[in-house]
Amino acid sequence: MQFHGVGITALAGAVPHKVIDNYRYTEYFPADQVKEVVDKIGVYERRFADEKTCSSDLCHAAAEKLIADNRINRNEIDLLVFVSQTPDYRMPATSVLLQHRLNLPQTTIAFDINLGCSGFIYGLSVVYSMMQNMGLRKALLLDGETRSKVYSPKDRRSAFLFGDGGVAALIERGEQFGTSFFSLNSDGSRGDLIKINGGGYRNPSSVETLKEKVVDEYGNIRSDEHGYMNGGDVFNFVIREIPKDIKRLITETGTDMESLDFYVFHQANNFINSYLAKKLKLDTSKIPSTIEKYGNTSSVSVPLTITDRLRGKLDGKHTLLMSAFGVGMTWATAIVPFVNCNISEIVEV
Amino acid sequence: MTTPEFVKHFAEALEIEDYSNLDTTTRFRTLEEWDSLAYLSVIAMIDEEYDCQIETADFKKLDTIGDIINHISSK
Repeated sequence: MQFHGVGITALAGAVPHKVIDNYRYTEYFPADQVKEVVDKIGVYERRFADEKTCSSDLCHAAAEKLIADNRINRNEIDLLVFVSQTPDYRMPATSVLLQHRLNLPQTTIAFDINLGCSGFIYGLSVVYSMMQNMGLRKALLLDGETRSKVYSPKDRRSAFLFGDGGVAALIERGEQFGTSFFSLNSDGSRGDLIKINGGGYRNPSSVETLKEKVVDEYGNIRSDEHGYMNGGDVFNFVIREIPKDIKRLITETGTDMESLDFYVFHQANNFINSYLAKKLKLDTSKIPSTIEKYGNTSSVSVPLTITDRLRGKLDGKHTLLMSAFGVGMTWATAIVPFVNCNISEIVEV
Repeated sequence: MTTPEFVKHFAEALEIEDYSNLDTTTRFRTLEEWDSLAYLSVIAMIDEEYDCQIETADFKKLDTIGDIINHISSK
């Protein structure tokens, strides 16, 4: 799929102020074991939101920064999309609450997108489509996650990976952007690979779903309302699908690899990303990374990496290849031109 | 694929420097270096060197280095 004449003109990000030093995250595991895990996964620090801070708060802070730094007229924002799987409430949709908190007009179209790691790219395609086809003036794409609240700190397989963050992107129309290309995919047969079993309507919350249990022979502990990941199967899925999708989009669009300025991958873990770079034979100097300081922030990781690492580097025209993959399973690749994208300094909440 | 070549790649994936005592009868899960991250390294190595992807469910049935070699050969 392709869109014409739309682009991201500004980006802002917000992270919680609380820094978790992974080497010191030893409350439930012996320090030598922790060191081994941390050395291997390459996540040295993460940010954890406190009990009072939700994804929406991180996005709100990012959006206010975006609005101030770019002197945006709130009355011109026609669309607000909030991407998250850690919303404020099951209902109402958090995007609508943000419409109010950001003082946007009632004519603003507002809705949530419930997707994980691929959510930003999916969300971007939806916003681009609506902007292009409805002649909207400005859109805010907000993406926030507090995955620190999703996974059990007593489950070694996920305890060290995840962190929190929120971003706000301003999308506008303009001929200077040229054409963007997207590939969006889904495979529900792999739905059990990354999941929270309890707390929805299939397995409603109960005393049982909240009980912590030992879940494997290594003594890892979590409840049915914590997330889990089958690391081996996820890795198999990534190596099978992601290089294929990226190569396909590049070939179908006739993109010259030399014309790509940066490759921004979902920050799943260091191992997966090193593997992808090697398999696709990519110039690693074009691959920014934030896994070491923010961990895996799910759908926020692609825009957060751009915001954190490419600030001041997107003046003029640049073409980015974005790739994200995860829970669902869903995966997305996009080749997106950026023109004079103004990136704000990251805010701490 | 030769056995010595596979054993070398396997040892590299697990970061084992002295692999002279590894052979087709080695029950890899009993190795000190074996853990969930070693498993991912082996999956990555098999994909890269032998263009083969092994599902987790199938891998669970493999016990020795020889079993892995046979599995790849059968694909």
